Amino acid sequence: MDWLYMYMPIAGVTIFWPGMVLIGFSVGVIGGFFGMGGAWMVTPGLNILGFPMAFAIGTDMAHMAGKSMISTMRHAKFGNVDYKLGLTMIVGTVIGIELGARIVMWLEFIGQVGPVVRWVYVVVLALIALTVFTDYMKAVQKKKAGIVGEHGAEGHTWYKTFHKINIPPIVHFKVAGITCSMWLPIIVSFITGILTGFLGIGGGLIRMPSLVYLVGVPTHIAVGTDLFEIIISGLYGTLTYGSKGRIEIWGVFVMLAGAAVGAQIGTVATKYAKGFGIRIAFGISVVACMISVILKQFHFDLSATVVILGAIGAISLYIVMIMVTGAAKELRQKKERERAAA
Amino acid sequence: MTRICSILFAVLAAAFVLIPCLAEAAGGGNVDMLVVVADSRLVSSPITLFFLNVYNTDPTMFGVWCVILTAIFGCVLGLIADFVMGRTGLDLTSRELIEH
Repeated sequence: MDWLYMYMPIAGVTIFWPGMVLIGFSVGVIGGFFGMGGAWMVTPGLNILGFPMAFAIGTDMAHMAGKSMISTMRHAKFGNVDYKLGLTMIVGTVIGIELGARIVMWLEFIGQVGPVVRWVYVVVLALIALTVFTDYMKAVQKKKAGIVGEHGAEGHTWYKTFHKINIPPIVHFKVAGITCSMWLPIIVSFITGILTGFLGIGGGLIRMPSLVYLVGVPTHIAVGTDLFEIIISGLYGTLTYGSKGRIEIWGVFVMLAGAAVGAQIGTVATKYAKGFGIRIAFGISVVACMISVILKQFHFDLSATVVILGAIGAISLYIVMIMVTGAAKELRQKKERERAAA
Repeated sequence: MTRICSILFAVLAAAFVLIPCLAEAAGGGNVDMLVVVADSRLVSSPITLFFLNVYNTDPTMFGVWCVILTAIFGCVLGLIADFVMGRTGLDLTSRELIEH
């Protein structure tokens, strides 16, 4: 069974490569669906497979950039990408990532990178899950009370408060359909950038809900725009971590092979899913990740592996089902239309 | 107003270029980075050996190579996957559900 294991010369570890392909595929599906790099699953997943934490972060950063390219190409054709918004956020993201990466290098030097990164992960994930579920509950209550807007009932509307901040320049983002101070997306992206560089995540985990709840971007467009920005931040993070010697490039290629297929499936599945459906599934996956990281911190490594890989597998299967049933229905309707036209 | 926006954009673009350099110049205090050396004795493939040597001798160039290879691989795989998905017959240019 030696052929199932691949030596990673830079990290100096031997890895079960089908696990990496599977992680790449599943995270591709999930990332394309939720609009994120999926780093928050890949980083602990790679760490669990045997990569040292700093290498897991760096390798994931590079894989995430490549995978996001694949997803963005697809989302752009759906009209889900607001390039102006994405480019505006780059300034804050790049500065934030550099700051976050320096913090990781310092933690690695003092030998505390693993535990610190994991506990910060847990807190961030808990806050995100809480936001998503309370948002859904609030929207359901509003719908029952008959308070329904142009695009359905909304839960948290924090973005409406932030839109009232009139620090010039005020910019209109056409695709997202919002008008706000340019500083709002820049500050949001700076904070998410620090967390990106520090936690080794693409920022989509934090940036996608931030775009929805703080900037007020519709969910599908937040997904696509976020993926576009992840390309830029991911490539910058690749340069940063690569020049710091923390990327296993062969691992990146192995994961991208799986991610190429998964990203297409996840992206097309968004066509058949409602905004709140995407957000609830996102919340569930965040909780699963949080549980896995806690288990890892208390040295229940096997349980952590089961939870994260099980959750990734279940959610990606769910998304694949959405895509397959939606696509089958669309093709069936297309055939009926063609038959009727003939 | 347009002129103000243009000037502000130029300032931000300059900041995008300059601020990371300033952060580097400010330095990270007295922290020395851990040096990891890849063991090229266990590898026989010439391509792998090339990249290991770049990794061991020029980290910045290795970082540049990572960016280039990731971008190339991502684009190529994206185009292939795009082509394959386009052959399925699905409408990949619009979606019906429009909501927040």
